[in-house]
Amino acid sequence: MKMWRKPLDLDEKSLPPAEIYIIESRCKGCGLCVEFCPRGVLKMSDEFNRKGYHPPFVEEPSACVGCHFCEEVCPEFAIFIGDQ
Amino acid sequence: MTSQRVLTGEHFINGDEACTEGALAAGCNFFAGYPITPATEVAETMSRRLPKLDGTYVQMEDEIASIAAVLGAAWGGAKSMTSTSGPGFSLMMENIGLGVITETPCVIVNIQRGGPSTGLPTTCGQGDIMQAKWGSHGHYEIIAISPSSPQEMFDFTIRAFNLAETFRIPVLIMADEVVGHTLERVTIPPAEKIKVINRKKPTESPETYLPYKTDSSLIPVLPNAGDGYRIHITGLTHDERGYPVPDAETQEILITRLINKIRKNRDKIIDYEDYFLDGAKIVIVTYGSSVRPALKAMRDLREHGVKVGLLKLNTIWPFAEDLIRKLAKKVEAFIVPEVNFGQIALEVERCASGQAFTKLISHPGGGIHTPQQVTDGVKKILSDLGSKRKKR
Amino acid sequence: MKQKASKKPDRHPKDELLREDRMPHIWCPGCGIGSAFSSCITALKKTGIDYDRLAVVSGIGCTGRVAGYLNLDSFHTTHGRAIPFATGLKLAKPEMNVFVFSGEGDLFSIGGNHFLHAARKNIDITVICVNNMNYGMTGGQVSANTPTGAITSTTPYGNAEVPLNLPSLAAACGAVYIARWLSLDVRRLAESILEALLKPGFSFVEILAPCPTAFGRRNSLGSALDMNKLYKENSVIRNGVHPDETVIEEGKKMVLGKFIDKERPTFLDRLSKTSELKSTAWPKKEMAAQR
Repeated sequence: MKMWRKPLDLDEKSLPPAEIYIIESRCKGCGLCVEFCPRGVLKMSDEFNRKGYHPPFVEEPSACVGCHFCEEVCPEFAIFIGDQ
Repeated sequence: MTSQRVLTGEHFINGDEACTEGALAAGCNFFAGYPITPATEVAETMSRRLPKLDGTYVQMEDEIASIAAVLGAAWGGAKSMTSTSGPGFSLMMENIGLGVITETPCVIVNIQRGGPSTGLPTTCGQGDIMQAKWGSHGHYEIIAISPSSPQEMFDFTIRAFNLAETFRIPVLIMADEVVGHTLERVTIPPAEKIKVINRKKPTESPETYLPYKTDSSLIPVLPNAGDGYRIHITGLTHDERGYPVPDAETQEILITRLINKIRKNRDKIIDYEDYFLDGAKIVIVTYGSSVRPALKAMRDLREHGVKVGLLKLNTIWPFAEDLIRKLAKKVEAFIVPEVNFGQIALEVERCASGQAFTKLISHPGGGIHTPQQVTDGVKKILSDLGSKRKKR
Repeated sequence: MKQKASKKPDRHPKDELLREDRMPHIWCPGCGIGSAFSSCITALKKTGIDYDRLAVVSGIGCTGRVAGYLNLDSFHTTHGRAIPFATGLKLAKPEMNVFVFSGEGDLFSIGGNHFLHAARKNIDITVICVNNMNYGMTGGQVSANTPTGAITSTTPYGNAEVPLNLPSLAAACGAVYIARWLSLDVRRLAESILEALLKPGFSFVEILAPCPTAFGRRNSLGSALDMNKLYKENSVIRNGVHPDETVIEEGKKMVLGKFIDKERPTFLDRLSKTSELKSTAWPKKEMAAQR
């Protein structure tokens, strides 16, 4: 992450890990979450869900900063970040 | 203007004003409308009276908006009403259908004028009778009331609100220009003598409540917006949850219930007055401004020994079929004077189904029948019947 | 039919405002309406208003289905008539926060007249309009907001007409709050919807949303993803700009932002009650005396 001013305690603090939940059955495979994730956390799966769409999966869990963008942009309410 | 809701006493007012006072006495607290002759006095009186009674008057941009606002206000818990005439009534049709399928209680006043189109803005017509029944697309049943005097404009408007609240349906008041503009004495009873019915509210908990589930009355018990039930109301065919389900089965269940809600309750809705039906050979079937010339004709004819009775329809929809069918077995002919070229006459003819003769006395609009026209009609049918008998 | 909230991780945080039993919704994969709807729920949650005091009214069309999916008192009315229905509801029940969520064809073609007058009267409602530039529900016909030259199922040789600029129209009619965002601008959009919901008076939020299935396909704009990227690349944020400068036309970036945020007494503020009624006739007495 690019920071304009470096906090003094940056080395001591770490971001709490964000829990990403995907409700695969709701996904219609549009890929908005994958494309617009600012940290490249998600990737489209090769698997099919029961509707025949490819849902995303979490490829880089440690990269997630819990910004909730995927949760906000998902048109299907199929992905969300748990309480941090 | 006073801030008294029920103006108990004797008044010299016209039918439009009496209609407004009836609405207020019934608890009307929301009016949305658009000016149109000959219904403007309803809106004008509302605009003076409602703000002083903590009600809301709003003039909308057209009649489509007026009826939409009336439906919205009804779901906000208001007893809402609009008034209009032919052209505006035509514009309201689509949303009357929305009111029917969503089961929204409200009152729509149509002070009929001559049509089609702009027609005769300042004079009488009764050409919207079938439109009241069939005007919105799809098959449905409606309640329409027909006052014939300023006093009835007051009394029947109260009943219209009570029917709307009871059966959860838009109720149409099908008056006409002559009834709306006749100025005469109207007696407003004490408030405590006026029977006012308010819609039932659900008592079930929101978690288990199904908005469109009904008991044997077929009338759903629905909350208002803000009551905590978070209902979904849609003009799409819907199930008991109120959710749209676009299939034939749901359509059958919903539409059958909407039709039967009115048909099976028709004895509670239909209202009429009869005069000298016992032993009558001829019965004049009449409503609205045609009632007075018809009554005069009946009296004149009876003075000359003609056995003529009169049936005055206070409600026109649902139609008093059972009564006409019963009468058709006893009488020789029905005479129907109306300010159109045969609308209620068609219904009478259908119900008489060959058992009695039906004669229309038509009128193109721009006025009403004279008693003489009705008398002549009765005499004509008597001679027709006589010559038929001779032929036999 | 209220649904009780639970905090199970398998339950989406927005489910409390969704009619879950109606999911999945009808919208196509990647449709901008879904994202706009998601932003709206975020805004609704942030208002702090008791959900029983919120009501949504929709008209007809793809966006018109929003009312059916929100777990609020929700009204799915006739085509074009959401605004007057909402007007009646709001005036009869002023303590409720009433908003309209519908499409541009519903609100500005068939229902255009109602928008003018509700804005002029400053009825205290919020109008959220998803502008997807065509009639999606019926298969992609031209709408009043289809860009000039665009192909639709009823403009096979290109649209000869000029689209309506909604922020200009809303400003001319006196709306007190006007903003326009992409459906992809989820945070700015949610913030604007929140501000609009809390703003007394007639507030208006336009959302430019891709319709990949009906509009994008005929105009070779690619998938929902491609369209979202295209919209993002071809838009620019200019907060506070005069609404007349927000016209969407060929060769210009689509202007986004919050354009108007002003104060004006609402219809109910002006509607004096009972004994306060007095003549405010125009022209004033002095002016009348001069004649």
